Amino acid sequence: MSRRPVSRTMLLSLFAALITLILTGPLSGLVLNGYDFTTRFAAPLQIAAMVLILRFIAGLLPASWLAPKQKHEVEPRAPRFKTYQLVLGGLVLYLALASLVLFASKYWLAVGIMALIYVLLGLGLNVVVGFAGLLDLGFVGFYAVGAYGYALGHQYLGLGFWAAIPLAALLAGMFGMILGFPVLRMHGDYLAIVTLGFGEIIRLVLNNWMAFTGGPNGVDAPAPTFFGWEFKANVTQGGVPFHEVWGLEYSSGMLDAFIFLVLLAVVGLTLYAVSRLRGMPIGRAWEALREDEIACRSLGLNHVWTKLSAFAMGASIGGVAGVFFAASQGFVSPISFSFFESALVLAIVVLGGLGSVYGVILAALFLTLMPEVLREFADYRILIFGFAMVLIMIWRPRGIIQQRRPFFKRAGS
Amino acid sequence: MTSLLKLEAISLRFGGIIALNKVSLAVAENSITAIIGPNGAGKTTLFNCITGFYRAQEGRILLQKEQKQTDLVALLGGSIKFSEGPLKGLRKFIYGLFGGTHLVARSGVARTFQNIRLFAEMTVVENLLIAQHRQLNRNLLAGFLNLPGYRKSEARALAKAYEWLDIIGLGALANSPAGALSYGNQRRLEIARAMCINPRLICLDEPAAGLNPRETDELSVLIKRLRDEFHVTVLVIEHDMSLVMSISDHIVVLNYGEVIAKGSPKEVQADPRVLAAYLGTDEE
Repeated sequence: MSRRPVSRTMLLSLFAALITLILTGPLSGLVLNGYDFTTRFAAPLQIAAMVLILRFIAGLLPASWLAPKQKHEVEPRAPRFKTYQLVLGGLVLYLALASLVLFASKYWLAVGIMALIYVLLGLGLNVVVGFAGLLDLGFVGFYAVGAYGYALGHQYLGLGFWAAIPLAALLAGMFGMILGFPVLRMHGDYLAIVTLGFGEIIRLVLNNWMAFTGGPNGVDAPAPTFFGWEFKANVTQGGVPFHEVWGLEYSSGMLDAFIFLVLLAVVGLTLYAVSRLRGMPIGRAWEALREDEIACRSLGLNHVWTKLSAFAMGASIGGVAGVFFAASQGFVSPISFSFFESALVLAIVVLGGLGSVYGVILAALFLTLMPEVLREFADYRILIFGFAMVLIMIWRPRGIIQQRRPFFKRAGS
Repeated sequence: MTSLLKLEAISLRFGGIIALNKVSLAVAENSITAIIGPNGAGKTTLFNCITGFYRAQEGRILLQKEQKQTDLVALLGGSIKFSEGPLKGLRKFIYGLFGGTHLVARSGVARTFQNIRLFAEMTVVENLLIAQHRQLNRNLLAGFLNLPGYRKSEARALAKAYEWLDIIGLGALANSPAGALSYGNQRRLEIARAMCINPRLICLDEPAAGLNPRETDELSVLIKRLRDEFHVTVLVIEHDMSLVMSISDHIVVLNYGEVIAKGSPKEVQADPRVLAAYLGTDEE
């Protein structure tokens, strides 16, 4: 373990403090007062002093502490659990998480639903970005297709929640294919820009097609029902109220609890499917396409279908997430589908570790729960949030959990 | 012996440069045919035409398959002409979207690349499984539910992959990333991967480049095994003359996009035009 000389560390700390002063000085030191402003010297100096001290402490730590902790390759290893053990474990985990609805407040249930929706979005984008290596900045477009598919499907066609889930998946998958065609020959940055444009097109159409989508006013989405039971105080969709059937006292958290339970099951199923995909021919083909498209073609793989299927699969998972979003909010408007959402989902995938299914879950929970936990810090929560992201990327550049390749044992050994 | 592959007057121009000029040659079934020539002679371009990465502008490339002949150039689709009308144009457009190089590979032509193109982040055995993609059960539902048919097809592919790993001596490294292999091992793995698509014809683009003498000897044994044991026809581009002369049944010499000589190793070695192309001639 090598230590850097203290004098050099001091110099670097002073330099960091100076940079901080220049960067944050105008922001924190000048306070607008009508057309005039007053200067405050305390705030920028405090921040600079803080940076000075932190930088100095960081400089005194052994250098190896700050170095990235990941090697580039992770050896695959034989699975430690048998399939039935995993299924059993999954069921126990589901029941444990499901029992949360008995204790959690309505607020935390709503937060939990949003967290699970982001897990779903992350899993969907993980197929496109993590597996197939197609950088997609317009993923929120498919989320919007799902959400509006449910809300408008109910308004115009009278579709219910349960019919909307598969149909939204199908519809979003189709949109995924439509996006896929023009970008077949694109890679990297170019692809990112086109997909970014695609996401914006969907949002703008939703915003401006007043006659069909209601424009910025949005559309109401119905609350989900379960075999005719409704989870509202008053019946609106011709069913019977859930609390009357079971002789319970009505509580407004019932709807959220129901959505949470269904969503939890859907996330579980998606998780199972996506983690199986990696060992399946189609998942392998996606990853091969990411590694080398020309080699894929020389082996007889149809790169067009492979690419389109990755877009469609990712998009349909995003569409399902959209249905749950609309159902839990009871209302959709174009504001919910801004570019920021795409960026957040991409951050989830990258932070979690490209292609890593469990990493994506952790990152999604982290990125959605953290701002809620930090709500008391009000102004600083976004700062802390950003700081945490930078730290993770320094220490674990390949994501929180780096994916391990599937292990293939020789038959009969 | 019947010929498996027949090139009939293949031409390809890049702008003003004539890369291939009416190249005709025949590759006998179950033979090892070498294509040699100085740098820039058009060897790799010819390979790219045969394997469908370039579309020859003139001529036909015929692959004999049982009793059927396939024109590999026609597999790539045609350019859309206005005079043909919209319906034919649309059909050609859709074919152009989904058709192409991979159809050539499916008709039984495998290849390796001059600069190795393995799936570097994936494991060695996965590289061989991808090559068998077409032979696998690709049903999504069967895969999600791990149905018996799916399991059987995966097990078969895995057995074949390990069989090839034993042939190239990489059995112990099956689950390590392909990119971490040594150069010689990567070359051999690429050949094994190409063989996993069950080809009739395998095109090796400079397989001995960057190998040491011992590895080159092993390679020549492997190439001969491909022909004798697995009954594929081998077409090879190579600069290592001792390797070429020791393994080939037939040699074709290219220079400036034209065939300047063909024949057995002995005949080619004695051909004055070949000597001139490689060593230059005295000014007369």
